[in-house]
Amino acid sequence: MDRPLSWILAPFRFLYHFIVGDDWTVAAAVFIGLAICGVLNANHIIAWWLIPLLAIAMTGVSLRRHRAR
Amino acid sequence: MVSTGVVPVLITTFLASAVEAIEMVTIVVGVGATRGWRSTIIGTASGFGVLAVVIAILGAALKAVPIGPLRLVVGALLLIFGLQWFRKGIVRVAARGFAGIAGDDQEEAAEWTGPGMDWTAWFLAFKGVVLEGLEVAFIVVAFGAGANQLGPAIIGGVGAIIVIGGIGLALHQTVRRIPRSFLQLIVGTLLTTFGTFWSLEGLGVDWPGSDAAILGLLILYAATAAIYITLERRRAFGLRAVA
Repeated sequence: MDRPLSWILAPFRFLYHFIVGDDWTVAAAVFIGLAICGVLNANHIIAWWLIPLLAIAMTGVSLRRHRAR
Repeated sequence: MVSTGVVPVLITTFLASAVEAIEMVTIVVGVGATRGWRSTIIGTASGFGVLAVVIAILGAALKAVPIGPLRLVVGALLLIFGLQWFRKGIVRVAARGFAGIAGDDQEEAAEWTGPGMDWTAWFLAFKGVVLEGLEVAFIVVAFGAGANQLGPAIIGGVGAIIVIGGIGLALHQTVRRIPRSFLQLIVGTLLTTFGTFWSLEGLGVDWPGSDAAILGLLILYAATAAIYITLERRRAFGLRAVA
């Protein structure tokens, strides 16, 4: 990769590594979960329970993936 | 939408910043002790200068964003980041309990005896402060903006660096014995709690009990951590027994 491009991308790589870390599936699940919550809420369906349930489930999945590595 | 209270903001940003400050202070004190203090202090001050500019720019930029969309974005980021620390905290506490940070991750540096500025010491201190400090800056600005309490969030973050820095200078080895993994689990639980609450509030979802739901989420996630730690320990013990 060109050095200037590498310097431009470096802050984004840092942010990705810092926020998302080594398991991108958790971030993907959170985004999908929030999108579903938005749709449920727009249709006046109670949605607050979804994200806590998702967070607990994804922690279990992530722990399992971590063990597999 | 009301502001989150000052005390939860101070506690969360103080603890979160303390986790990162332990590594920062370990690097700075290690470099200062081995290569001399003058260049190390100048490198540290330069690093804090960069961080102050970053926090000022990010803080001013986020103040211009309406609180609803801001809470959705900040809440989602804190939730993703918080879940990462939540999992790491569970794994580390299950494996090492309340142990401090390991001795093998300390920056190594050869002794400096020459005159003038030691640029190696300057760079090591600068790099340690900027890299660890950027993480503190992200947490402080994101949490402060989400809670609509940027001032207390900055006080919490700076306070943690001063306290951990003071301990590091007075008692070098004590910093390395602070149970960082357990602190990381507590902060992961807090960030996951507030991230969940704010992201859904940003979407316009009504929480049962309004702000009291934060306490309910905190209890739920703390209980989840306790259960996963027990399961991880049982599994590790079971594997050792089989081996």
